Amino acid sequence: MNHTFESLQEDIASGRLTTDEMVLNMGPQHPSTHGVLRLELVLDGEMVVKVIPHMGYLHRCFEKHAENMTYPQVIPYTDRMDYLAAMNNNHGYVLAVERLMGIELPDRVEYIRIIMAELQRIASHLVAIGTFGMDIGAFTPFLYCFRDREYILDIFEKTCGARLLYNYMWVGGVSHDVHDGFVQEVAAFIKHFRPTVVEVNNLLNYNKIFIERTANIGVLPADVALSYSCSGPMLRGSGVNWDLRRDDPYCIYDRFDWDVVVGTGEAGTLGDCWDRHMVRVREMEQSCRIIEQALASFPEGDVTSAIPKKIRPPKGEIYTRVENPRGELGYYVVSDGTGNPFRVKARGPSFVNLSVMDDISRGHLIADIVAILGSVDIVLGEIDR
Amino acid sequence: MESLLQSLLGDNYLTLILYCALPLVFLLLYALLAILGEVKISAWMQDRLGPMRTGPWGIIQPIADVFKLLQKEDITPSSADKTLFNLAPFLSFMSAYAAFAVIPFSSLYVGADLNLGLFYLLAIGSLNVAAIMMAGWASHNKYSLFGAMRAVAQIVSYEVPAAMAFVIVVMFVGSLNFQDIVHAQAGPVWNWLVFGGPKNDVVLAGGTVLAGSWANLVFLPLFLATFVIYYISALAETNRTPFDIPEAESELVSGYHTEYSGMKFAMFFMSEYANMFLVSAVTAVLFFGGWHSPFGAYLGDLVGVSWLVPVEQFGWLAFKGLFFVFAMIWLRWTLPRLRVDQLMYMCWKVLIPFSFGIALLVGLLVILLK
Repeated sequence: MNHTFESLQEDIASGRLTTDEMVLNMGPQHPSTHGVLRLELVLDGEMVVKVIPHMGYLHRCFEKHAENMTYPQVIPYTDRMDYLAAMNNNHGYVLAVERLMGIELPDRVEYIRIIMAELQRIASHLVAIGTFGMDIGAFTPFLYCFRDREYILDIFEKTCGARLLYNYMWVGGVSHDVHDGFVQEVAAFIKHFRPTVVEVNNLLNYNKIFIERTANIGVLPADVALSYSCSGPMLRGSGVNWDLRRDDPYCIYDRFDWDVVVGTGEAGTLGDCWDRHMVRVREMEQSCRIIEQALASFPEGDVTSAIPKKIRPPKGEIYTRVENPRGELGYYVVSDGTGNPFRVKARGPSFVNLSVMDDISRGHLIADIVAILGSVDIVLGEIDR
Repeated sequence: MESLLQSLLGDNYLTLILYCALPLVFLLLYALLAILGEVKISAWMQDRLGPMRTGPWGIIQPIADVFKLLQKEDITPSSADKTLFNLAPFLSFMSAYAAFAVIPFSSLYVGADLNLGLFYLLAIGSLNVAAIMMAGWASHNKYSLFGAMRAVAQIVSYEVPAAMAFVIVVMFVGSLNFQDIVHAQAGPVWNWLVFGGPKNDVVLAGGTVLAGSWANLVFLPLFLATFVIYYISALAETNRTPFDIPEAESELVSGYHTEYSGMKFAMFFMSEYANMFLVSAVTAVLFFGGWHSPFGAYLGDLVGVSWLVPVEQFGWLAFKGLFFVFAMIWLRWTLPRLRVDQLMYMCWKVLIPFSFGIALLVGLLVILLK
């Protein structure tokens, strides 16, 4: 038999020649699934035909637990959802309960919350940027990012005693007032932090190999991102100018002057892995701007005065959403007028963003799956809840 | 060296074994140093301290690592092909160690002074591919298999530009013998091949005279490019970053040695480090004067202690080799990893055409200048 390339292609197309597909199980014990995610990859050689994410290895029944807790007791559980952005999780939940109860907050509380939330955003993005670099094979930027994240965790530790799971934002206030010298420390951090971004940019983000590995990979067009209900850097990376802090303002974000960062497509196609990554890198600078402005007008006052003695919201329901580092974090809280919530439903950004995985991974290589997963930036604690 | 050992111990098998084991002693000591270097240099680059608890500044950490590996359970997966699985690490180390036979450590010590030294090196180096394939296949693990397939494709591909770099040097020197290549770079630093080769006539081992002149400077850009091509290929052949695709940690867990533990893993580890020094030493021999001192003179000659000269020569080769090992470590902790198709692109569409072009030019120039 005489085979030419064309005849072989014909054979494959017509089904006379079948090549076996291979199923590769990536995770739950795998260095780059960022936790206990399991990806079932259907492969044709090294080419990915299909990606099926399996989850539930970290399921902790957050929503069912919440029904059996008093309102303040739910807050520590929200910490453990997206454990890299616990402040933002607290924020969304307490905001929902406060809106149900109609609590007005003192200015100082609002400022502290904004500063903490933005510091947490920087810390969370640093992890995302560092681990993404590690997925691509660059180990050193990861440690630079963690070194700077340490500064933020130290500040958090001084204020509320915890480094990762804070239970800091309470309904109507915060657990502790900020420590003495907080303003100076945060200002010093920002001064230290800006050159680091330049350093990581030089070492990683504008590295030729890094761009080769991430540009034009896992392209997520804006309409697909919208139809999958993606949010956060995932959505902005595709060029959609949407940020809840500006478009559905909560707290006092409308008092500050900052820009929403969107993907530019300058390295390849709009919405590729590099764009999503760079949205995070550039967002850190915007967070710095917000923090700087907040520090400049940081008011004095009492942080516990608005904390209610009894937290028993009136009958009703509310959906509150905040801009988590990973996207829209929503809490749907139903109150039946008792001390325990009737229902708490969380809408996690990582969970929703992960659903787009299969769509943007097809036709890529195994190495690209790692890059795409890293650029989606999932936290399994929140996907499984 | 051989005659020295023979005069000390007599002409028997013991002498021969001792003679063959000398590089092994060096290799083991070097591996300890290189492991320490890797952890410490990476730590400094990453703003960390690295190991600090085992001994002062953690300097006995590599020895502790060796003891740890010795104590580890030696697991053979139940579904593995046991013969191949157990053989592969030793074959891998064997191929790396066998290649050391032709490395000229000094003017007096070379394990086997083969006339076809470069050819032998290429041939023996390729055995590593078989070992990796055996390991990946026998592990009965999809990740290992992927790692092995990638490694084989990568190493086989990169042997082409590496061999072309050899050809370029051989065309200039006119010999496949490593000692001849080193002799051709006798004298001070500007006689090294990377700087265009000898500027005065040099005598090779067989008595042939290699004509040198300052006109050889035209070779400088060509040999510099050849050096770059060879070093990139060497990185790829030893599976080091940015070409560590076969064991890409973030994708394939550990590639072909995922299933290995204990001393069998250590053998793969050793063969990787041995290969690193091997290609670094070959780089030094081919382009950087081998065991020649960069000053053209030796302290032993100046003070009149003749036995010091070969020791110094060995020191220079070890220094040059370790420098290139350091460069590999440096690159590893700086660069991200390429993707498998980009790696192939780099080899077949960039390095190979360039190496062929340089080979053509060098060939023409050698004919014209003679």
